[in-house]
Amino acid sequence: MSDMSIESITEQYLDVLAELGNIGAGNATTALASLLQAKVDMKVPQVKLLEFKDVGAIVGGEEQEMVGAYLGVEGDITGSILFLVKKDVAMHLVTKMMMGYASGEFGEMEQSAFKEISNIITGAYLNALSTMTNMCIYPTVPDLAIDMAGAILSVPAIQFGIYGDNVLLIQSQISDDIEIDGFFIMVPDVESYEKILKALGLIQ
Amino acid sequence: MVVKVGMADLNVCASPDSIITMGLGSCIGVILWDPVSKVCGMVHIMLPDSTAISQNTNRAKFADTGIEELLEKVLLSGATRSRLVAKIAGGAQMFSVNTNSPTLRIGERNAEATKAKLKELNIKLVAEDTGDKYGRTVEFFPETGEYHIRAIGREGKII
Repeated sequence: MSDMSIESITEQYLDVLAELGNIGAGNATTALASLLQAKVDMKVPQVKLLEFKDVGAIVGGEEQEMVGAYLGVEGDITGSILFLVKKDVAMHLVTKMMMGYASGEFGEMEQSAFKEISNIITGAYLNALSTMTNMCIYPTVPDLAIDMAGAILSVPAIQFGIYGDNVLLIQSQISDDIEIDGFFIMVPDVESYEKILKALGLIQ
Repeated sequence: MVVKVGMADLNVCASPDSIITMGLGSCIGVILWDPVSKVCGMVHIMLPDSTAISQNTNRAKFADTGIEELLEKVLLSGATRSRLVAKIAGGAQMFSVNTNSPTLRIGERNAEATKAKLKELNIKLVAEDTGDKYGRTVEFFPETGEYHIRAIGREGKII
């Protein structure tokens, strides 16, 4: 097992992630605009290294009801991705995508629509990472959870818990007619983490 | 007063206060309680086994070391070892993605490791609400020994 910890991440790696967030969010914005047939703007995403105890607060409290899409990552690296938005924001996106035919509840159709949105957004980030590292990376089919933020976030937090005591999170704000605060957490498996750093030229 | 416990964190409390952790997913909220002195403690564990991981300085993060540390803390706060009982909640599987990742079964493994540790320490597990696939907010009242469990879209329960 590697003794690399999240705490040992260099400033440089955070910069790389910020850049990844930028390109990813840029790709995602374009893809969302064409999917929703609307003008979509984005803010510069923020990369945050948080202690476990602060993770809940950043997304609006541990009990905030959110929708999370969880995907596996396969290819040259392995790991997982969580895309997380507040429930009302998720419903807004779904309603737009279904052109008014959404029921206002997360039924089968709405869940399926949200999975598609998650695919597009996570795909945009993975494409950015793939381009930067020259690696072949693709996501698996997503699974959704509609639940308390703390409970959903426990899944990536536990995976980060294997490396250290922090969670690395990309927060991006995309707006169409409302502001969409989306959280994006990527957890590479231990071996993949080193592969990414190597591909980026940050370690030998 | 309500004492708050965060992720990979622990704390103690005595009647009339209560102790809470919010939004438990695959993690487990373990309570050790002395019904006579009405002293209790809660640890919010994330992973089953500290020996499997090199980054293991935060003892509250793991079932094995977390429960040991909690035991020390409740004894220091006036609990009597022989009277201690345990209640546990959490350990859900939030997602069912089709990968081989062992971390997806982590809730179940956390519950197993917690029970094994309690057994090893000879502390009786008197109530549990673990598994399934939803988040839980849990609050324990050392005055009555009631462990209140809330979830979104479900009836609250008391164990």
